[in-house]
Amino acid sequence: MKCRRCRGHAVIDVRRHNAAFCAECFDHHCLEQVRRAIDQFDMIGSDDRLLVAVSGGKDSLMVWDALVRLGYQADGLYLGLGIGEYSDESGGFARRFAEERGLRLIEIDLRQQYGYDIPAGSRAAKRAPCSACGLSKRHLFNAAALEGGYDAVVTGHNLDDEAAVLFGNVMRWEEGYLGRQYPVLPAGPGFVRKVKPLVRLGERETAAYCVLRGIDYVLDECPMAVGNKHLGYKEILNDMEARSPGSKAAFLFGFIERAHGRFAGDAEEERDDLGACTQCGAPTPGDVCAFCRLVERAGGAMPSGSSPVELRRKAG
Amino acid sequence: MKVVLRNPRREIEVAGPVKVSVLLDRLEINPESVLVIRGDTLAARDEDLSDDDVVEIRPVMSGGAA
Repeated sequence: MKCRRCRGHAVIDVRRHNAAFCAECFDHHCLEQVRRAIDQFDMIGSDDRLLVAVSGGKDSLMVWDALVRLGYQADGLYLGLGIGEYSDESGGFARRFAEERGLRLIEIDLRQQYGYDIPAGSRAAKRAPCSACGLSKRHLFNAAALEGGYDAVVTGHNLDDEAAVLFGNVMRWEEGYLGRQYPVLPAGPGFVRKVKPLVRLGERETAAYCVLRGIDYVLDECPMAVGNKHLGYKEILNDMEARSPGSKAAFLFGFIERAHGRFAGDAEEERDDLGACTQCGAPTPGDVCAFCRLVERAGGAMPSGSSPVELRRKAG
Repeated sequence: MKVVLRNPRREIEVAGPVKVSVLLDRLEINPESVLVIRGDTLAARDEDLSDDDVVEIRPVMSGGAA
């Protein structure tokens, strides 16, 4: 198999593009896809300060690496979730990546700073672990970005992640979620902008980028995610992709280009109607936000310094 | 050849030579869900693997629902 770009020896095939690449041209392909996603969805300005949500996995380390190589100013934020050896190991990969490149990695430890961890918190709050984890991440990444004066939070969500989320939302016709599913979510009162620069790359490509760049990442799957619906949707979509290459991209980008607008209006209205949490100041439809309720049920507490007045001021 | 599989990590012996695509087919692994790594680089689906090779079949699927 020959590289599509230079006709050298190919090391990876990307059937979606009916192409194969040598290591050097694959690296070029990945950076080009990140650049095109940023341009296509007007994600990031050249002077923006970015906060990358870093898990120690392939996607977050790839997006951090790619953004720095493309000249963006990007710090990382790692959340210690307290998921046993998995968290210890993933934190190690995130720290080593940052140290080796002289990048700034901010760390928040849920147990030390908020008095709970994901296993205990999800049990206490009677939430699925992935739900408690996602809620904690969304809240804390947003709050940290507002606190630190960052212009945007960057996540490593890739084409497979987004296609699987879309599949789940379509299966249940979750109109609100469909309205909010887009590669960039603009800033609003209490919300920092959120961007997904890997949306044009599949997770096989993000993993390959890391292998070929010598980026070590956590290989084990999160023990709390094993068997969840999201991974099941990915398996279904991969079966379709194997039979018909390009299916996932057609599904996701068809939605973005032709269907998202039909759901977006309601989602924007919902966002505009949010008030401020009486405890932390974060946007919420009720008096107390879901994150503060989770912390309370899990027996934790908000750390000092995150006063509602402060967060509201930064949010507004 | 020695084939390293993950989640959980285990090793199996497979007779070579064999193409990457045939190896994955024999092991009933969807090629969309893995990388095949030989040494410090990747092996594309038409690559021939020899009896002396050590290859890793690395899953690429990850992620919680959030």
